[in-house]
Amino acid sequence: MSSTHIVSIYDEELKYLSRRISEMGGTAEQMVADSVRALVTMDVALAQKVISEDVILDNAERQINDKAIVTIAKRQPMAADLREIMGTIRIAAELERVGDLGKNTAKRVIAVQSSGMPRKLARGLEHLAELALIQLKEVLDVFATRSVDKAKAIRERDDEIDAIYTSLFRELLTYMMEDPRNITPCTHLLFCAKNIERIGDHATNIAETIYYMATGSQPEGERPKDDTSTSVVAADVADASE
Amino acid sequence: MNMMSEAAVEKALDKKMNDISYKMIGKDVSVYYGDKRALYDVNLNVRENTVTALIGPSGCGKSTFLRTLNRMNDTIDGCRVTGRITLDTDDIYDQNIDVVELRARVGMVFQKPNPFPKSIYENVAYGPRIHGLAKSKADMDAIVEKSLQKAGLWNEVKDRLQEGGTGLSGGQQQRLCIARAVAVSPEVILMDEPCSALDPIATAKVEELIHELRANFTIVIVTHSMQQAARVSQRTAMFHLGNLVEENDTDKMFTNPDDQRTQDYIMGRFG
Repeated sequence: MSSTHIVSIYDEELKYLSRRISEMGGTAEQMVADSVRALVTMDVALAQKVISEDVILDNAERQINDKAIVTIAKRQPMAADLREIMGTIRIAAELERVGDLGKNTAKRVIAVQSSGMPRKLARGLEHLAELALIQLKEVLDVFATRSVDKAKAIRERDDEIDAIYTSLFRELLTYMMEDPRNITPCTHLLFCAKNIERIGDHATNIAETIYYMATGSQPEGERPKDDTSTSVVAADVADASE
Repeated sequence: MNMMSEAAVEKALDKKMNDISYKMIGKDVSVYYGDKRALYDVNLNVRENTVTALIGPSGCGKSTFLRTLNRMNDTIDGCRVTGRITLDTDDIYDQNIDVVELRARVGMVFQKPNPFPKSIYENVAYGPRIHGLAKSKADMDAIVEKSLQKAGLWNEVKDRLQEGGTGLSGGQQQRLCIARAVAVSPEVILMDEPCSALDPIATAKVEELIHELRANFTIVIVTHSMQQAARVSQRTAMFHLGNLVEENDTDKMFTNPDDQRTQDYIMGRFG
């Protein structure tokens, strides 16, 4: 934004909101990274740390919403300012959800730690998490720069995450079919994979919101999807693993 | 029940959308006060049964444009208007136009409520009387009642019609002025910051009234309150330094305007 408001406090209020979003983004990013590290290294202490940090995001979201509501009431924002504030509210909610997903993954560390995890599976999860974290990090950078092109690019890349998630889904199903004792840890890991995949979706939602904030219109066309796990059945997996 | 197929509904809606009828058309309108040019070739059409809001910073020409629509500028010495403005098909600056009749067709409500120092009844009856709209006392009574009802004032004043109009509160006085404007059955009502001297409750009543009047009249309103323009109008025109910068659907104008100057103005930013 090139120009500033005649009422300078208004600028400060908007800056406060965007600074708090960046802070929330940093916290959410760290929580997700820690939760996945806790999962692949079976680090219960790190998992506990993630669980305890969720409240930071919950509080931040509440504070952002309160400030946004007061700003709307006081300034009666128009056009780009109005979109900015509404976008802030939406992004805060997305980031709060990202924190919840990290927390949920961390909680499952305790459940799966006893059974251990096959190395190959851990690598798959790590790779999935890497991609989701890149999405999250980039979307937070886009929030700072408001680059419409980059927001669009992020939105179009979510299908990579979906594809890896689908392959992990198949893999986990295979392990479960091989040995019923794998069912408990693999079910937890399935949820973990889903959590991470959802983080990618939230990053995409944020990218769409930023696009709207910058342009005033919704990005056109459906976002690309490559999550075919909804149609995977046991017979497919059995055929494939033979 | 009359069931229309979805396609038929779509078609009807499309037709309605495309059927824009313009009540007034302003073409290349320029206004000069002596040597000073106040408006630069403004092309702005006023849609029928629509509230059009004119916004812009002080001195941008929005009131000047409003005043060209019923030739109120004629009363200002040294004021010259060029270009063409039509009401339906009539060129309102044609030599043969009767300005008094024009102002009966295009009424006006001003910033400060300005009731005549006469009774409430006489305030409303004055216009219809000089235009010969009532044949009898009963006729006139009916016009006065109907006008006051349209202005949402009837219930508050029906028992004291003979009391002075200046004894009413500011908000009531403004609605009395609207009743006075409505009484001569105009086609267009021009409002020049009609709420700037009113408190928020009186403002809300006038805004509610504007919403109702739209069914029967075409309204053009000048306002300094962006929120008011957003609330009451369907179309908004933004003026800046005597130029028409942008005219758009109000919903679009206040969420995502096309012009940077509009954006800066409505958001309260330096350009």
